[in-house]
Amino acid sequence: MTANRLAESLLALSQQEELADLPKDYLLSESEDEGDNDGERKHQKLLEAISSLDGKNRRKLAERSEASLKVSEFNVSSEGSGEKLVLADLLEPVKTSSSLATVKKQLSRVKSKKTVELPLNKEEIERIHREVAFNKTAQVLSKWDPVVLKNRQAEQLVFPLEKEEPAIAPIEHVLSGWKARTPLEQEIFNLLHKNKQPVTDPLLTPVEKASLRAMSLEEAKMRRAELQRARALQSYYEAKARREKKIKSKKYHKVVKKGKAKKALKEFEQLRKVNPAAALEELEKIEKARMMERMSLKHQNSGKWAKSKAIMAKYDLEARQAMQEQLSKNKELTQKLQVASESEEEEGGTEDVEELLVPDVVNEVQMNADGPNPWMLRSCTSDTKEAATQEDPEQLPELEAHGVSESEGEERPVAEEEILLREFEERRSLRKRSELSQDAEPAGSQETKDSGSQEVLSELRVLSQKLKENHQSRKQKASSEGTIPQVQREEPAPEEEEPLLLQRPERVQTLEELEELGKEECFQNKELPRPVLEGQQSERTPNNRPDAPKEKKKKEQMIDLQNLLTTQSPSVKSLAVPTIEELLSLVSSQEDEEERNHRQMIKEAFAGDDVIRDFLKEKREAVEASKPKDVDLTLPGWGEWGGVGLKPSAKKRRRFLIKAPEGPPRKDKNLPNVIINEKRNIHAAAHQVRVLPYPFTHHWQFERTIQTPIGSTWNTQRAFQKLTTPKVVTKPGHIINPIKAEDVGYRSSSRSDLSVIQRNPKRITTRHKKQLKKCSVD
Amino acid sequence: METAPKPGKDVPPKKDKLQTKRKKPRRYWEEETVPTTAGASPGPPRNKKNRELRPQRPKNAYILKKSRISKKPQVPKKPREWKNPESQRGLSGAQDPFPGPAPVPVEVVQKFCRIDKSRKLPHSKAKTRSRLEVAEAKEEETSIKAARSELLLAEEPGFLEGEDGEDTAKICQADIVEAVDIASAAKHFDLNLRQFGPYRLNYSRTGRHLAFGGRRGHVAALDWVTKKLMCEINVMEAVRDIRFLHSEALLAVAQNRWLHIYDNQGIELHCIRRCDRVTRLEFLPFHFLLATASETGFLTYLDVSVGKIVAALNARAGRLDVMSQNPYNAVIHLGHSNGTVSLWSPAMKEPLAKILCHRGGVRAVAVDSTGTYMATSGLDHQLKIFDLRGTYQPLSTRTLPHGAGHPAFSQRGLLVAGMGDVVNIWAGQGKASPPSLEQPYLTHRLSGPVHGLQFCPFEDVLGVGHTGGITSMLVPGAGEPNFDGLESNPYRSRKQRQEWEVKALLEKVPAELICLDPRALAEVDVISLEQGKKEQIERLGYDPQAKAPFQPKPKQKGRSSTASLVKRKRKVMDEEHRDKVRQSLQQQHHKEAKAKPTGARPSALDRFVR
Repeated sequence: MTANRLAESLLALSQQEELADLPKDYLLSESEDEGDNDGERKHQKLLEAISSLDGKNRRKLAERSEASLKVSEFNVSSEGSGEKLVLADLLEPVKTSSSLATVKKQLSRVKSKKTVELPLNKEEIERIHREVAFNKTAQVLSKWDPVVLKNRQAEQLVFPLEKEEPAIAPIEHVLSGWKARTPLEQEIFNLLHKNKQPVTDPLLTPVEKASLRAMSLEEAKMRRAELQRARALQSYYEAKARREKKIKSKKYHKVVKKGKAKKALKEFEQLRKVNPAAALEELEKIEKARMMERMSLKHQNSGKWAKSKAIMAKYDLEARQAMQEQLSKNKELTQKLQVASESEEEEGGTEDVEELLVPDVVNEVQMNADGPNPWMLRSCTSDTKEAATQEDPEQLPELEAHGVSESEGEERPVAEEEILLREFEERRSLRKRSELSQDAEPAGSQETKDSGSQEVLSELRVLSQKLKENHQSRKQKASSEGTIPQVQREEPAPEEEEPLLLQRPERVQTLEELEELGKEECFQNKELPRPVLEGQQSERTPNNRPDAPKEKKKKEQMIDLQNLLTTQSPSVKSLAVPTIEELLSLVSSQEDEEERNHRQMIKEAFAGDDVIRDFLKEKREAVEASKPKDVDLTLPGWGEWGGVGLKPSAKKRRRFLIKAPEGPPRKDKNLPNVIINEKRNIHAAAHQVRVLPYPFTHHWQFERTIQTPIGSTWNTQRAFQKLTTPKVVTKPGHIINPIKAEDVGYRSSSRSDLSVIQRNPKRITTRHKKQLKKCSVD
Repeated sequence: METAPKPGKDVPPKKDKLQTKRKKPRRYWEEETVPTTAGASPGPPRNKKNRELRPQRPKNAYILKKSRISKKPQVPKKPREWKNPESQRGLSGAQDPFPGPAPVPVEVVQKFCRIDKSRKLPHSKAKTRSRLEVAEAKEEETSIKAARSELLLAEEPGFLEGEDGEDTAKICQADIVEAVDIASAAKHFDLNLRQFGPYRLNYSRTGRHLAFGGRRGHVAALDWVTKKLMCEINVMEAVRDIRFLHSEALLAVAQNRWLHIYDNQGIELHCIRRCDRVTRLEFLPFHFLLATASETGFLTYLDVSVGKIVAALNARAGRLDVMSQNPYNAVIHLGHSNGTVSLWSPAMKEPLAKILCHRGGVRAVAVDSTGTYMATSGLDHQLKIFDLRGTYQPLSTRTLPHGAGHPAFSQRGLLVAGMGDVVNIWAGQGKASPPSLEQPYLTHRLSGPVHGLQFCPFEDVLGVGHTGGITSMLVPGAGEPNFDGLESNPYRSRKQRQEWEVKALLEKVPAELICLDPRALAEVDVISLEQGKKEQIERLGYDPQAKAPFQPKPKQKGRSSTASLVKRKRKVMDEEHRDKVRQSLQQQHHKEAKAKPTGARPSALDRFVR
């Protein structure tokens, strides 16, 4: 209601206003009305302003509700439709026409398109063009790189380039047109025919033909295909294996290993059922593997992995487990075989004394007997052999006392050793049998064989100890030294007594070390009785020896001038073996000759010293003159008193003296009777090379290339020609065309260009590559 | 010429150097002009003496020339020379029993190798290395070719060997002449010229012509083989020395006053007044230099091809009358009265070297053809042989009752010296060894004191000038048996001589190139090189050849962080620094070791010394 009322009032107001405005145009001079009117309008305006404070009505104010005389073109409102004005609507005519559809479409297209960016400036465009062009050309040109390189390195280039094929007719053609004419030729041909030697066309003997015919083409092809297939399969398999090997996952490997083990076990089971003998063999192999592992002691706690795990074990349960696993494995592997351990235990239990006597050696021997370990066996025997040879000379007298006479020779030590071992065995077996407290019985039984068992026993003890020691030391060293020199060294001291004997192995070690030091010394050492002395000697000798020649050398270098000239040279008595009449004539002239001689001798004796002194003086002067001079830059009187009789202080002089660098040693340094001029021959130097040519960095390198003379005076004609071949040879009267792709074996098609590039990708520089990449991106 | 010997021949060598027991001494005298039977079989290697008895041969059997092929098992130089025998199979199926090129003995090839491989080269780039390899391959190829061409040197030197214990010095000329063929015997002759005093003589370079000048002015030149006289004049003046110039057509005579040059007709061509009072003459054939030593103490070099004096050097040692040349490097050796021998080159004002040889004055000097040995005889009656290869030390010394005068070396290294009227010849063991002065090889007594001695090139002949004239002696094994026909051909015609003259003039070696070690010319002038480098560095402000500072390579996977780069850089720097320190320390040690006196060792009692 209120709204309606308001609207009505407003309407009324406006009407009044219109009415009031109308007479205004016509009646300009109506003043009384004017004032009234004016006040009303103001009031009206005020009202309007107040009403417009309300937000809702604000827009409605702009509405043109009534046609008026003054229509503002800026106040067009689209109030009625309530939607935005579309450009196309402007075109909408009263009635639709088809001709406007195309324009509409164009308009829509124009709207859909984005704005076109500014074109690049000219320089940039050109640069891009250039880059693209460069890449293309570089690509094309890079195929010439190898050719250029080859031509640069070539000894000689011959132009024009086209090569003529050497017109060599095949020998068959030559032969076919040739007939034997002379009797000799005919005879030869007869011979050839007799031996079925082919003379003409195929040039193959029947045998060769047959061998050719042995395989048909299809067969060969098939075989080839088969081979190819096999090769391909192999390569696949290899690739697969390689890939699998590269897998880093530990889990995977664990699984694989386990699977393999399982498989092996299964197979073994099967094998046991099917073929027990083979299974046994297999078992042996497994046993061997175990032994190997035991020997190598792979599963101890000493490895890198194990150590790291040990550190981790405190905190990591898994690591602890792994370690325990390893330890258990180690235990398992290092467990001794039952047989051996049993005997040991028995022994240990039964006799304490014997343990000292026969500990390891016996065990090892037994193991040798049991286990199939040829390496151990051999080393053991060889060791014992060595020991025997060493002990041999000492043992000899004792053995002789026992009445055991053995043949001297090579086999003796070995045999002796064997006897020894057998004795041990016997003793052990006896002990086993008699269990406890049967010391007397074995001794008695032994007495049947040997005269004095006690003696033997003591001897054996010593021997066994030595054996052991020897063995251990050998094992530690594990050096493959020849036994022969050792034996040689041992032999010269057979008179040594028992206590000395026990020290033997150590001494041997020292001697061996000595031997390593120097072979020649050991020959000296052999003669010397005492090893300690030997050691000293050997230490002294290397020091002394090099000294002696050095001193000698030094002495030799500086030759005494006095000696040089005054050495008494042998004089010749009979010069021209004179005949008798010549002799007579000689005798006649002898007297005055002697007189002359005498006079000359005196003269020489006085002159000689002078000559030498003069020469030495001259030489000293020459040496002084050739020495580079020091430069003295002291300024007397600068910073101190100067004047006549005053010299600058020594400190100052020292400070301002520039010492000349010491030149190379003189060539005649060690030649007292020679003065060699050290001055440079400038005239000759003008002819020498003074600039190193390109690829050389040191003058020695270049000198080596010019040391061989190339003139015909020093070379044969052929060599001279070869050494002086011109770098470029041109045929007179021929046109030299520029090089073409066909000349060097390239096809000129674009494909060949690409192939060339692919073949040598390294030829393209990195810069080229970058540019190529850029191009592809663009 | 004889045909090439066949290596496979099974004939026992007809001649050998055994010393079988026989009544009469066996003398072997060989002459290259002697026509010998073809097909000489190679004898046993020379160094091995065959002690086996051979069938007796007539006494005067001529020596057949030995071939140069060594009979040692010839190891192929390179195994790859042996090609696959299958590829050698001919058409008929026959196989070449000796496939590939003939093997060359390695020692012979070694002789021609000139690259000094003892010196270790600094590390070189690939390009440089390829160049070096090419050079070495070339050297090897050329030396193999040269070794192969040794086969063409078919002539063998002669020799004289006594029977067991027999001294060859006892064999007189008459015996030798009796033993050799007529042509060779004709080379022994005496010219009795008692009128014009002691004679100096000179053979031309080819060995065909002989010129001699008597003290009293008699000058003559002749083709001594045919005995055809070319000219004979008397210059009416004392003649000090005489020498052929480059060819036999020109003759330099040192007369009392000046130096004169005559042609082969005896016509005086030049009188060189700048060379006055010349006592000795030497001609350097490859440099065309005539060296004159004068009484005034000047050594003058005269270039005879242009007639200019190249150098006049004052020796500052008084009168010069002892001179000889080193044929190897064209250095002139002068002997002085103070016992020194000085070595001269026209390029240097001072002597290249001075060697104190004798206590008295030096009487005469001679240098052998290889430039290895120098024989000097002094007033102290000693004859010494010096080694000229850098050490200049005497190798052997001998005191002779009268001293030795006018020593001369032959082409094959025999040494001759005159003692009064006796001529002594010493021989070495091999070609390269110095003559041993223990035992003379040959001796000969002349009718008067010796005044001039020279071996004839390419002939086993020694020319002796003495007061009684000229004597031509036969000395087996003196001359080089093979001559280079292009270089000095004894049988050349006039036309050939003219051709050779032109070529020789074209190849004339400049005088300033004469130095002690001619091979030094093939070395880079290091001093100039260093100087040039220094100048370049100064000019540019930096060293263009300096080693670029180490730039660590970029690495992937985050290992190229700045810190690691710096670390790597530092590592390299430290390493370099350590190297430097190590080197300097080494040098110091070296110096200290050198400086330390070797003899006196500090003793514990030194502290009590006051």
